[in-house]
Amino acid sequence: MSYELVFDVERGDFDTAGEASRKIKRTLQQLGISNKVIRKVSIAGYEGEMNLAIHSAGGKIILEVGEEELVLTIEDTGPGIANIDLAMTAGWSTAGDEVRQMGFGAGMGLPNMKNNADNFQISSKIGEGTKIVMKFLV
Amino acid sequence: MKVSGLLENKEFKCLNPQVGIEGVIKSGYVGDLLSWVMANAGNGCAWVTIQTHVNIIAVATLLEMTCVIIPEGAEVEESTLERAIIEDIPILTTGLNAYEVCKILGNAGI
Repeated sequence: MSYELVFDVERGDFDTAGEASRKIKRTLQQLGISNKVIRKVSIAGYEGEMNLAIHSAGGKIILEVGEEELVLTIEDTGPGIANIDLAMTAGWSTAGDEVRQMGFGAGMGLPNMKNNADNFQISSKIGEGTKIVMKFLV
Repeated sequence: MKVSGLLENKEFKCLNPQVGIEGVIKSGYVGDLLSWVMANAGNGCAWVTIQTHVNIIAVATLLEMTCVIIPEGAEVEESTLERAIIEDIPILTTGLNAYEVCKILGNAGI
């Protein structure tokens, strides 16, 4: 990998959520990545960032830029997902009313990430955390 | 049609006139579920939404939207306008409802 960016995202931080995704987008624009790929990474990154703010105890977004692919990793320190298959089902969400009123919690975050990434891996352990690794061909 | 062209219609007002209003509106999109909008809205669109919090600017910026239109006179948070100025996204408000806004956009050839 020739380039790496790391962003911390705190739980409940809705006012600055989106900041990491914006910085990632700008970086990719400066690197001359195609608009099509930037859109995919932006959508997946923003969904990941919002998931950290809504559901996690806090976490990180890591962007690695390689010659042939971009790797976006979203990892947190808990609480973990009990049933990943259910969490991946469009429309299923554990988000509360307050978050839903803001237009989040539609149960589309993880499916949106998977749909936009060329490769999507998710692993999770209750009490430990969740890690999502997405790869995008450039 | 440019944002400035839409603003010639007195039903619309720009809440942050210090941003550029010469962006071209290529399409329209209506939605309040942010993930749905992220997945489906095109770049260069005018996005009609009743959501007014600061995250709409993140969505509009990431998707390179031309402007955001807030219908039915909903009040927009100050933090949203501040972020919109930084990101150069015009925020338009109107007393019309989303359907009436779409009729105007459609009649303008969008």
